[in-house]
Amino acid sequence: MHERVAIVGIGCTGFRSITPEQSYKEMVYEAAMRAYNDAGVDPRRDVDSFVTVAEDFHEGTSIFDEYTPDQIGGALRSVHTITGDGLHGIATAYMLIRTGQFDVVAVEGHSKASNIKTLPEVTAYAQDPILNRPLKFNSHFIAGLEMNSYLFESGSTPEQCAAVVVKNRFNALKNPAAAYGADLTIEEVLAGPILSWPLGQRETAEHADGAIVMVLAAEEKASSLSDKPIWILGAGWSNDSPSLEYRDWSHAIYSEVAARIAYRQAGINNPLEAVDIAEVDDIYAYKELQAIEALGFCREGEAGILTTEGFTSADSGLPVNVSGGSLGMGNLLDANGLARAYEIVLQLRGEAGLRQVEDVNIGLAQSWRGVPTTSGAVLILAN
Amino acid sequence: MGMRKVAVVGAGMTKFVRRAQETAKELTWEAAHMALDSCEMTMDDIEAVCFGTAPDAFDGVHLNGEYVSDGAGAWRKPYMRSYVGGGTGVFVPIQGWYHIASGLFDVVMVVAEEKMSSYYPHAQAAFLTIFDHTTERPLKPNLLWIFAMEMNRYMTTYGLTKADIAQVAVQHKRNAANHPCALLGDANITLDDILKSEVLAWPVQRFDVSPVSDGAVAVILAAEHVAKRITDKPVWIEGVGWHLDTTFWTNRDLAYPRYVEYAARMAYDMAGIKEPRKQINIAEPYDPFDYKALHHLEGLQLADRGKAAELYSDGTASLTGNMPICPSGGLLGVGNPIAAAGLMKIAELFWQLRGEAGARQVPGQPLHGLAQAWGDLMQVGTVVIMGR
Repeated sequence: MHERVAIVGIGCTGFRSITPEQSYKEMVYEAAMRAYNDAGVDPRRDVDSFVTVAEDFHEGTSIFDEYTPDQIGGALRSVHTITGDGLHGIATAYMLIRTGQFDVVAVEGHSKASNIKTLPEVTAYAQDPILNRPLKFNSHFIAGLEMNSYLFESGSTPEQCAAVVVKNRFNALKNPAAAYGADLTIEEVLAGPILSWPLGQRETAEHADGAIVMVLAAEEKASSLSDKPIWILGAGWSNDSPSLEYRDWSHAIYSEVAARIAYRQAGINNPLEAVDIAEVDDIYAYKELQAIEALGFCREGEAGILTTEGFTSADSGLPVNVSGGSLGMGNLLDANGLARAYEIVLQLRGEAGLRQVEDVNIGLAQSWRGVPTTSGAVLILAN
Repeated sequence: MGMRKVAVVGAGMTKFVRRAQETAKELTWEAAHMALDSCEMTMDDIEAVCFGTAPDAFDGVHLNGEYVSDGAGAWRKPYMRSYVGGGTGVFVPIQGWYHIASGLFDVVMVVAEEKMSSYYPHAQAAFLTIFDHTTERPLKPNLLWIFAMEMNRYMTTYGLTKADIAQVAVQHKRNAANHPCALLGDANITLDDILKSEVLAWPVQRFDVSPVSDGAVAVILAAEHVAKRITDKPVWIEGVGWHLDTTFWTNRDLAYPRYVEYAARMAYDMAGIKEPRKQINIAEPYDPFDYKALHHLEGLQLADRGKAAELYSDGTASLTGNMPICPSGGLLGVGNPIAAAGLMKIAELFWQLRGEAGARQVPGQPLHGLAQAWGDLMQVGTVVIMGR
């Protein structure tokens, strides 16, 4: 058994709102080559197993795992696919290495959202086909209901949600890979069109295309492959009820459970004290506030106040989504969690350029799989 | 530090039927409940859930794994769905294995479900969407034609006759007569019945193919210290292997499944099996078509190339032979709800190795069994070796 596992190579391509000149395979190949070069490994010789994350309906192909091996160097090798977020993929690679049977494992996730002609209809097809689909709910409509419930229960305000948008899109201006950097005010965010009250269009992440590949290695290999291995301290993931009727609409309990598992592995009792930087899901602005509370950084109802006070800004107490998050980088479908983890790795390596946060030793990445799921994952990393 | 040992401690399966009245969630929960009951556990004992089902297109539900999650018992628990097409059924227990072998979990439930009858009028049409959207889909490929091509290639390469291959269907369907969950068991079926069945796409005839079915299977996996508390007869997962070949299947050698060979070698290495033909006492190769069982036995190194049919003609493969093959009745006899059919083979090895397989129990207290599945664009091999 290998106890300790590190991320030793990362590569990405993107992120842009449309990529007509590149196929998903070309994007993945580019990201994979960057990750393998970063780690100094030859995928045909040094990588023992490959994990990809993908959903059939996002790709327009059934059993999409068929189309994953060639562009990551995995043909006729041990490759498998998870229908999860990128953080589920990293957790899978982490488990594979810990078994002791594998030394080096690669993880791949991508988004080619611009290829999907009918994305809102496709997402709506994730609802219960018997009880919910006949009601013709749009996914944003369900998010609006959830936001309303969260604001009511927690006492948070639409202005506080808008402050998340202002912060994340401003952060994105310093991230050369981010597609949606902008300098906005709270008033400008709130003045945007309403999708499903109280959820506004400007509080909803636009989609982007891109691919991310990471290489993980067991301790003995990690130290020889990288000067700056980024260690996995904990990985947790969980589902709550998939049913719209029976779930808790105000709390991200899946994130609470996932965080509890990850903190236990990492030996973290006081997350706010231990964690120096966090990248959390912000497909919708209110989800960032909900996540900060579910992760135990503050009590319910406090995340909004902390955000307007600037506590979660890039140069403050707990920098959250310094990368720009999904609001700033774009919603990357199944690769969202990988994008969150990617930023944490850059920050812990001290390679985040203009947006580098000082004195960071422990970082946390969290993800959610979007409406209508209750699937969340948490990863804790350290340098 | 050595590897953490992982055991199967419980199993349950629903009947495999042509058209289940239950929803996918209900089928899943039925199997999960039976598996829990079989080892006197409740959901409180389960730390994480692994779920397998083949394409979302069958159910017409996007993020189908998320939709079925509560049926699989994953409420407020770590939950992941993996998929490698038809290989999924033997891959989910591998996923359960690495959950436990990693040291992160001690007890994991593995559930596989397939409901193909929702697809109207026939699940075959869903398979059109597995092909490349630019180069292949416009040709409207049908899986039966593709496998007719592969079967023909296999027969031509080794000079095999239809009768050589049809023995497989006869034996598997006869074995299935003793399986309480089987859809197509028939104790009296003859070689003539197979050879005279309707031609679908020559050389594939109706009885050469497994039926489209609905069903679910679940198994409970536990780490060594837990397994020994739960049961006196844990069945250990001794080796696992999986390999995925290139997407470009049209360039593949159709007569020999190298991806199965590589997956098998990975599993044999891990299990420390040096002479598979002597050490594997029961084999459950994947048999959606009768020739596929032969194809896979060769890939698994349990027969020389082109010689697997001899295992059936000389009696080696029969229930009382030296290496019984598909004592469950396989997909040809029990049915083929894709992901569930693979996990059914794991459940069969569990029952056989514990001596609990009832009327289809193979004699001689077998020590090691092997289950294998295959899928995608004739592309993936998944192998699990289990032992007492």
